[in-house]
Amino acid sequence: MAKKPQLAIDTRPWRDPGAKPFVRIKNVTKKFGDVAAVNDVSLDIYKSELFCLLGGSGSGKSTLLRMLAGFEEPTSGSIEIDGQDMTGVAPYNRPINMMFQSYALFPHMNVEQNIAYGLKRDHLPPTEIAGRVAELLSLVKLQDYGKRKPHQLSGGQRQRVALARALAKRPKLLLLDEPLGALDKKLREETQFELVKIQETLGVTFIVVTHDQEEAMSLATRIGVMNSGEIAMIGEPTDIYEFPNSKFVAGFIGSVNMVEGVVTEDEPGHVRIRSAELGCDIYVGHGVDCAPDQILWWAIRPEKVHLSRDRPDAPFDANVTKGMVEEIGYLGDMSVYQILLESGKRLRVTQTNTVRGNPDSITWDENVYLTWGDSSGSVLTV
Amino acid sequence: MRRGWFLPITATLGFAFLYAPIISLVVFSFNESKLVTVWGGFSTKWYGELLADPQMLGAAWLSLQIAFFSASIALVLGTLAAVALVRFRRFKGRTVLAGTVSAPLVMPDVITGLALLLLFVAMEGTLGWPAGRGLVTIIIAHSTFCMAYVCVVVQSRLADFDLSLEEAAMDLGATPVRVFFDITLPIIAPALVSGWLLAFTLSLDDLVIASFVSGPGSSTLPMVIFSKVRLGVSPDVNALATIIIGIVALGVFAATLLQLRAHPKKARA
Repeated sequence: MAKKPQLAIDTRPWRDPGAKPFVRIKNVTKKFGDVAAVNDVSLDIYKSELFCLLGGSGSGKSTLLRMLAGFEEPTSGSIEIDGQDMTGVAPYNRPINMMFQSYALFPHMNVEQNIAYGLKRDHLPPTEIAGRVAELLSLVKLQDYGKRKPHQLSGGQRQRVALARALAKRPKLLLLDEPLGALDKKLREETQFELVKIQETLGVTFIVVTHDQEEAMSLATRIGVMNSGEIAMIGEPTDIYEFPNSKFVAGFIGSVNMVEGVVTEDEPGHVRIRSAELGCDIYVGHGVDCAPDQILWWAIRPEKVHLSRDRPDAPFDANVTKGMVEEIGYLGDMSVYQILLESGKRLRVTQTNTVRGNPDSITWDENVYLTWGDSSGSVLTV
Repeated sequence: MRRGWFLPITATLGFAFLYAPIISLVVFSFNESKLVTVWGGFSTKWYGELLADPQMLGAAWLSLQIAFFSASIALVLGTLAAVALVRFRRFKGRTVLAGTVSAPLVMPDVITGLALLLLFVAMEGTLGWPAGRGLVTIIIAHSTFCMAYVCVVVQSRLADFDLSLEEAAMDLGATPVRVFFDITLPIIAPALVSGWLLAFTLSLDDLVIASFVSGPGSSTLPMVIFSKVRLGVSPDVNALATIIIGIVALGVFAATLLQLRAHPKKARA
């Protein structure tokens, strides 16, 4: 997995309310006919961030990116880049470059000409252009490929040419539309690592659009999850995964077990939820903004549930339930168990295979207890 | 394998069917004898005779002029129509334009020719232009039907065009005009060249429409050949045909080479 740009707590500008954002998207709406592809999105992105816009197809992430690049004008709202209002500024006058999903390499130009195209539009002297092209070719490790045409390159090489071309003008902001989408899995992981390294070296602000949550989690400093044209949640990858703010975000990122419950105790220090689906009470060790008798949802990740044959201690007479192992998926590093609860609800539990070839591991049709910590799950009201 | 004998035989028959008449024509153009069907030894005298025939040369020059101008006009009009049809998905009258643009492809030449003749006569009566029929009317007539062919060729190329290429160029700082000349034009150029060549050949060998809209003193080459052949085939027509075949073959070869250079191993990508 790629290494994230290592930012100390005090270099996370989004945590500083006084910090000045580099890209400011304010109440942007884009309508195609009557359909709002992007609906009232506000988003601040800071300098040197690697921000991922994550969402399924039709979530509006690409439209938002195209509005940043200037290919679409917002129906309402405004976009500011480095303090400059971008309304009515043509794509060729914006301090932004974009890497396209299809790479969009010019087929009739060789690699060098592709990279130099933007520099020529700026009327740089030829010697400077040649120098810059050579520099970029070595950055993406394609020194020997300058004279090749795009169709003579492999997918991974084309991707690197596209990146070099987008970086050539030293943009303040680089937009990347599914930068790794067309690569196979192994190449994707390597390239991901390189992408982050280049981003760190150059300090350019990246906005990446992706539908691949793994890619977003490992690349991004922050993620904006989009759903049907709106931002569902903005946060650091750990926030998004561990503290989702809604059922949609919890379900979209990773796998999750979601149960419905009703609040029976609502104290400042803890909350008790009765869940018929789980067949037990859920004790949450912190206060939640809810009311007694409110119906809400509780979500827990498969790796945060523990399985055992013997009944574990239940300190608050909660957080323990019984079930039967219905299915086991062995993945090598871990196993995925599908547990059938007495209510008929199925839970997904993963356990790390720490012992090699353990003959004593939990197996099919066994009755097991499931337990979890009082802060392992998320209480969701929307 | 059963295919062992079947394929070579069908291929041979196919080629023979297509090229036997042409080969016999080329061979007999070098015939010494005045009788077209009797071989009288090798000679290039019909080529010499051809070059001395002012009527034939005049008609050939006229045909080339007409083909050049009508192909060029058809290229511009056909490309514009193709751009409108491909790039602007929704506009009033799109379906009508799409239908009418390809109508000349299936329209019988006789009807096209007659319709144009009636139009030109009516225009001369009301507008006073075009005065009489000749070079100009033939060029107009040929442009109209060639435009349909150019449009079809360019349309298919534009339909494959990845719009993000233009966006990428714009993103890198190119104004829309620059984008057109740097990116769009070079990429669709092979289609433009083959469209132009197609229009050129179509115009060059059109007989029916030209017969309707031509006037006195403006007989195109096919018209002259046709009228000569009706009085009996003379070997110098064979010589002329051989020259034309040579030129056309060269043109097609050049166009193919151009296409290949622009898109080597297109299938692999």
